Amino acid sequence: MTQTQGSVAELLKNHPFFEDFAEKYRESLLECGRPVSFKKGEEVFLTGEQANDFFLINKGRVAIQVPASGGNPISIQTVRPGSVLGWSWLIPPHIWRFDATALDDVEGVAMDGRCLRGKVEVDHELAYELLQRFTRVMADRLENTRIQLLDIYGRGNE
Amino acid sequence: MTIATKQNLESIVGAPRPAKILSVDRNTDDVWTLRLEGQGAFGPGQFNMLYVLGVGEVPISISGSPGKTDELLHTVRGVGGVTNAITSLKAGQSVGVRGPFGTSWPMAAAKGRDVVIVTGGIGLAPLRPAIYHIIENRADYGKVSLLYGARTPKEMLYADEFDSWRETGDIEVLTTVDAAIGAWDGDVGVVTTLIPRASADISDAVAMICGPEVMTRFTVAGLAERNQSKDNIYVSLERNMKCGTAHCGHCQLGPKFVCKDGPVFKFTDVAHWFEKREV
Ligand SMILES: Cc1cc2nc3c(=O)[nH]c(=O)nc-3n(C[C@H](O)[C@H](O)[C@H](O)COP(=O)(O)OP(=O)(O)OC[C@H]3O[C@@H](n4cnc5c(N)ncnc54)[C@H](O)[C@@H]3O)c2cc1C
Ligand code: FES
Repeated sequence: MTQTQGSVAELLKNHPFFEDFAEKYRESLLECGRPVSFKKGEEVFLTGEQANDFFLINKGRVAIQVPASGGNPISIQTVRPGSVLGWSWLIPPHIWRFDATALDDVEGVAMDGRCLRGKVEVDHELAYELLQRFTRVMADRLENTRIQLLDIYGRGNE
Repeated sequence: MTIATKQNLESIVGAPRPAKILSVDRNTDDVWTLRLEGQGAFGPGQFNMLYVLGVGEVPISISGSPGKTDELLHTVRGVGGVTNAITSLKAGQSVGVRGPFGTSWPMAAAKGRDVVIVTGGIGLAPLRPAIYHIIENRADYGKVSLLYGARTPKEMLYADEFDSWRETGDIEVLTTVDAAIGAWDGDVGVVTTLIPRASADISDAVAMICGPEVMTRFTVAGLAERNQSKDNIYVSLERNMKCGTAHCGHCQLGPKFVCKDGPVFKFTDVAHWFEKREV
């Protein structure tokens, strides 16, 4: 993982996750963010590691994967530019449940979960704003996972 | 409408015409494309009844170019008695053909408009003639986006044609799979996740959807979220068929016969049946 020069303020402002987010909150989150980039094929995080961050993806795609025996992970979802990656930082015990690997050269912002947790403990309005956004992301992912489970390309009424 | 009895059905619908198989190509583990002697003109989305002597007859869409009438392509997934018998046939053998039957994709209504094609798995076969038609008449259409999903990368149909559809055909081809093992670096997720990425203007495009009904239902909902009017949506439906000519009643969907009024329907004409729990 390398750090890039892009200003975190600029990146946060333009990311759909923070659309209509009050300026005062965005500013208060600035100190929790740092620009990051990953080379194609690089691991963003690994199952079982401490989940300290979440990622706002601005460029490139990340595959969410389940490690499998034989070294060939199973990809179960692709996170694209404009999306967020990771919510384990929010939910104890703050451990990643999946692997994440860059499918392209990826750029974005890593938001430090410990820094965020510190802020939301004392500012419940900020906590509500953030939770609302994460709930929307989680609901979308849950719906897509449900559709995936329906095996929608299946054989008729089989 | 006269409902035929089993005894007089053949005299009404006619006997299959034997067509020689010119070649057979394997597309995926269980899907094969048969190239037969041509049968003349057909519309994109129409189907034939294919008959294997002593086994039975099934509806199979035509998957080749409507501009190429000297050959007839059928892409078949082996799922049971008749389809497995069809996919076991070899070049030089014959298969019985009756047709073409049914309605076509709205190629005329889509003229001058953007087109969004959404399909999954074997559902790309009935849409390939529409794609070929668009490529052969490219100036007639606006932006065209093909959104295609499959369970796994190796179940993707016609993947070797996607680059030429993109480059020569100026068609945006977006693909996704439900799950991928190993080297796949394409997208993973259901086909509806591709809808927001289509460059065709969905709110004004003509949409053509082909897949199992559950896929169609979620796709219609996904298009509606992007302000697509349901009047612009066309879907292809499947029902068990016997005669293919609106005589036996096997394919009936309320007052409609899928073999004659479909398989391609304007969504608003069949929306009611999608909302019913048991049809
Ligand atoms: C208008 C129309 C166009 C079609 N176009 C194509 C095509 O281009 N290529 C193609 O491979 N198939 C196509 N089909 C589906 C094909 O007709 C069926 O797969 C076939 O009738 C199954 O017959 P069978 O004797 O092989 O299997 P059966 O013994 O009848 O069934 C075996 C298994 O297949 C399942 N099955 C039955 N019918 C279908 C179906 N319609 N779709 C999926 N699974 C089914 C059954 O639930 C069962 O589990 C089309 C169907 C229609 C109505
Ligand atoms: S298949 Fe006989 S009525 Fe449609």
